Amino acid sequence: MTTSEPAGAQGARPTGGGITAVPVRHTGRWVAGAIVVLLAAMLVHTLAYSSTYRYGVHTPRYQWNVIGQYFTARPVLLGLEITIELTVLAMAIGVFLGIAFAVMRLSTNPLVSSASWLYIWFFRGTPVLVQVIFWNFIAYLYPKLTLGIPFGPAFLHFSANTLVTPFVAGVIALGLNEGAYMAEIVRAGILSVDEGQTEAAHALGMTHGQTLRRIVLPQAMRVIIPPTGNETISMLKTSSLVSVISVAELLFSVELIYARTYQIVPMLMVACIWYLIVTTILSIGQYYLERHFAKGVLRELPPTPYQRLRKRVAVFNLRQENTILQIDSLGRPGPGLP
Amino acid sequence: MTASDTLAVQAEGVRKSYGRFEALRGIDLEVARGQVTCLIGPSGSGKSTFLRCINHLEKVTAGRLSVEGELVGYRQHGGKLYELRDKEVCAKRAKIGMVFQRFNLFPHMTALENVALGPIRVKHESKSAAEERARKLLDRVGLADKLAGYPSQLSGGQQQRIAIARALAMEPSLMLFDEPTSALDPELVGDVLDVMRSLAEDGMTMIVVTHEMGFAREVADSLIFMDEGVVVESGQPREMLANPKNERTRSFLAKVL
Repeated sequence: MTTSEPAGAQGARPTGGGITAVPVRHTGRWVAGAIVVLLAAMLVHTLAYSSTYRYGVHTPRYQWNVIGQYFTARPVLLGLEITIELTVLAMAIGVFLGIAFAVMRLSTNPLVSSASWLYIWFFRGTPVLVQVIFWNFIAYLYPKLTLGIPFGPAFLHFSANTLVTPFVAGVIALGLNEGAYMAEIVRAGILSVDEGQTEAAHALGMTHGQTLRRIVLPQAMRVIIPPTGNETISMLKTSSLVSVISVAELLFSVELIYARTYQIVPMLMVACIWYLIVTTILSIGQYYLERHFAKGVLRELPPTPYQRLRKRVAVFNLRQENTILQIDSLGRPGPGLP
Repeated sequence: MTASDTLAVQAEGVRKSYGRFEALRGIDLEVARGQVTCLIGPSGSGKSTFLRCINHLEKVTAGRLSVEGELVGYRQHGGKLYELRDKEVCAKRAKIGMVFQRFNLFPHMTALENVALGPIRVKHESKSAAEERARKLLDRVGLADKLAGYPSQLSGGQQQRIAIARALAMEPSLMLFDEPTSALDPELVGDVLDVMRSLAEDGMTMIVVTHEMGFAREVADSLIFMDEGVVVESGQPREMLANPKNERTRSFLAKVL
């Protein structure tokens, strides 16, 4: 360093690892922030105070008292339970069929792979609402279901009407439809795994089945999980379609109530709030599942919301103390800090 | 004892074609037990294809290829060839170790899990016994401190040494190396070659596809030059590298040495 350096540059020199500088002013950010706050205030206002004026009386339009009254009503909770059951069962069938049909689709046997193609073609190509109604009327085509040798003797007989209740029809319809979509998701996942992985597993002497189970599928999960989470959330709401075949799920339950009380909007709000709550829980689950399957691919796992909060608090505290920022992404203080 | 009893690998007129393209056009070669053979040649000459035929990752189209006196991928019975089942092919592959150019470690498993996987799943060893041996092998390749590391956290040289340990964990009688140092930064090549050198000193039968002429000269017992799917020249490495007899060998070596 020479002494001819201008004195003004002294302040910009790093001192002890930190940099003292005047930050850039972000006017645009402030304006955008103000607009968001304004819109949020309008939303809160309309939700709370929107009202009709009739016969000299103000009646709130959203009727929050009605929403509160029915929110945990027994029929609503029973409907919620059935919605969750439908979602879980249909997704379980969907994932199982999805893996099976994805593996079939990638088979070298042309009959097997075209059978899978046909299944996907049919169930993706027809509206799920039609499929739901169709399964409900399955007894029209097959009044008697039998278990036995094809074209040979039968051992067991069932009446389709007693076996395929509306709930069962709903589960079958949603599950089979989901299977077609999941098959494409799983197939994309399997194809995303590098060919070298299969070769390395084969070179170790692992069979096709072992390679799929131990090497390919665990890695495909990283690609499969996000769209599957999406599908689950979508399924939660698609399950409301089975209300047309009188399955008493969440939507059908609130429909029954407002058919009696005419409080259509508040009851639909009850259903929507429940759908939102379950969706939120599913999203949290998805986040942790994705984090689990990122193991080994990311050098460091993304922080959990709790770890992120800890980091924010730690950064804030250190700012207050005007100390050098040395905190890792998990919110733990770095070396040289108390 | 016949000559073929001492041979680890024997190839007679081995051919391999992809559609109309012929990658191997009649390979004849023999690799004796306990010997190190280096395969060299320009890219696209069929070196890697031949290596992959040895453990049946590629199906041979014509000719006879046998490992330890047994045909690869087939069983001969009464003058007829029978294709082997998946399980039988797997059992044979389990005795042949393979190391790939791009390592191909399993990224969702730690170094220790990568090495212990084969013994646990293929040889059905107990987890503790397999991990105990995996620890020893990782120590042998100089990575005793990286047991819990995932491949993405390790350098290329470290990954390749884990890949070698993974292959050794199956206690193979033959090791195949497919350009094991080609994807490595120059300063990491030495560590991998050192491990391979020590393997050779222990008497492991090795077939190495490589561009490392120094390694071939010092370690190999025989050197094979391939071009356009045929063996052009083979011999003692020192002699062949110093004065190649064939014109094509000479022009190739002039470019790489």
